[in-house]
Amino acid sequence: MSETTHESTGVVLCLVEYDDDGVIDSSLRAISFARSLGSSSNTPLVAATVGAVSPSILTALQTFGVDEAIELVIEGVDTYAPLAWARSLEQLSQSLATRAIVAAGTDRGNEVMAYLGAATGLPMVANCLRASWSDATTIALSRQRWAGSLIEDAVFDGVPALLTVAFDGVAAEPASTPAPTKVRDFHFSPSEDDLGVKVAEWIGRGGGVALADARVVVGGGRGVGSEEGFGPLDELAGLLGAAVGVSRAVTSAGWRPHAQQVGQTGTRISPDLYLACGISGATQHLAGCRSAKRVVTINTDPDAPFLSRADYAVVGDVAVIIPALVEAIKARKSGRAGPA
Amino acid sequence: MVRVLVCVKRVAMVGARIVLTADETEVDVRQLGFTISPHEECAVEEAVRIVEQRGGVVTVLTLGPIEAADQLRDAASIGANELVHLVTDGKEWDPSATADAIVDALRRHEDLNGPYDLILFGNEAADTGDYQVGVRVAFALGRPCVNGVKNLVVGEETVVAKREFRGGDELYELALPSVVGVKEGINLPRYPSLPGRVRAKKMAIEETPLEGHRGPVKLERLRVPSEPRERAEIIGHGVDAVEALVDLFEQWGVVA
Repeated sequence: MSETTHESTGVVLCLVEYDDDGVIDSSLRAISFARSLGSSSNTPLVAATVGAVSPSILTALQTFGVDEAIELVIEGVDTYAPLAWARSLEQLSQSLATRAIVAAGTDRGNEVMAYLGAATGLPMVANCLRASWSDATTIALSRQRWAGSLIEDAVFDGVPALLTVAFDGVAAEPASTPAPTKVRDFHFSPSEDDLGVKVAEWIGRGGGVALADARVVVGGGRGVGSEEGFGPLDELAGLLGAAVGVSRAVTSAGWRPHAQQVGQTGTRISPDLYLACGISGATQHLAGCRSAKRVVTINTDPDAPFLSRADYAVVGDVAVIIPALVEAIKARKSGRAGPA
Repeated sequence: MVRVLVCVKRVAMVGARIVLTADETEVDVRQLGFTISPHEECAVEEAVRIVEQRGGVVTVLTLGPIEAADQLRDAASIGANELVHLVTDGKEWDPSATADAIVDALRRHEDLNGPYDLILFGNEAADTGDYQVGVRVAFALGRPCVNGVKNLVVGEETVVAKREFRGGDELYELALPSVVGVKEGINLPRYPSLPGRVRAKKMAIEETPLEGHRGPVKLERLRVPSEPRERAEIIGHGVDAVEALVDLFEQWGVVA
């Protein structure tokens, strides 16, 4: 396909989520995806945030090549309300001649886009990896199936196209040159029905390193042997400032809570180091750690599937190796901290 | 008395590596077993628990090939009371058409027996991961819907649902009747008892055949992605490997 296939009017609209630190990583990936889609037909990129564009959000939008930022003002509600969010995007998109609406493949992104699909009767395609227009209405795209263990190549007609972006398959890439992003607001008055679902309250949990954001994760599987067997893994995690993650077999056995499960139906992690102990490496689990930077596995079975998905392996029994590893790390630490 | 409907999907139990058919348009399932998609297994369990506490009926519905009756019977073996099968030719159905067919069946049932207080879906199907059938059904029925739910308390007129959000939990309060997409972790599904299996085998299934259809997203091919890692370098065996492992940790800045 050539660099620019054709010119067309309209915009690509991207819903952008943010937290206290600015635009969230998944949304930066979604913007990168949307910019790439837009560039396949020289279509401008518009970002929409629910609420005000703070200076740090604006900087990120400029860096990522957003042409225009729109603050969605949803009257009478200051919390997440998926149908109201979807309706506001629908109205905004009508005013812009929108060719595609893109959101991050987060809980909220997928949900708002599903509502938007339902409200407009348009198809919605979840967890896309890349997309480009092959003519004025047809998009060629790749998307994840089986949480990324499989990729689907497909073509799809629909204007506007509703797409969400796989958060572990698309890189967050700043634009080659920053854009002079203009900012304006757009008001939307939701009906009572639009507010049938909204967040009533948020309760923080606190404590420990959050699994999804951990830089180091110590993982335990069936090979850990028992609930008690996790003692040394917990100690190791404490030494490394790591979070503990577990396989589905472990939560199914009731050894550990589901909040610690890594995998397709648990948490998907992207640490600098994943140390997987006594985990065989089922597809369900590997789908949750594919974007780890380094993977080390400890396994009694040198033919376990995890060995073909890891950078390094130690062959042996977790129950013996982890306590030895804990002692060795303590010794190095005290050796360095001690007097010369 | 509560009436709960659970919608489930039959999915393959894929092994460590997914194998495709020769034309690369389907997963080669000849060597594979099948199961209820994981989030939906938990939805069935949740429905059974609600009805155990409050009394009522659990209806389980699936849209899929004739063999998907196995998954309905799996649901029955842990306590579902009524089984509804929208029978397809086994080709994939897109999420929008799936939602339409479910809404049709649901309206038929509700006209006869009154509304379902609660309709449960899994957050997303393990295979296609479309994240939308529940929302589309809810919207068509004009009922509230929230996804990603890992805790559910059903009251007389409302349901309180929790979902994880940035290191905490978001609380939603929905008016009944409503629709909820649940996630694995909401409960630990029970194993079926032997009497449960026997009962499930004999249970009647209401079957409605569906016409084939073609969705707007045209699949060209499936492929297994190239993996970032191919083969682990073996550092060593047993405790003898520990010092080398700590060296690597130091090199990577993990042990500071």
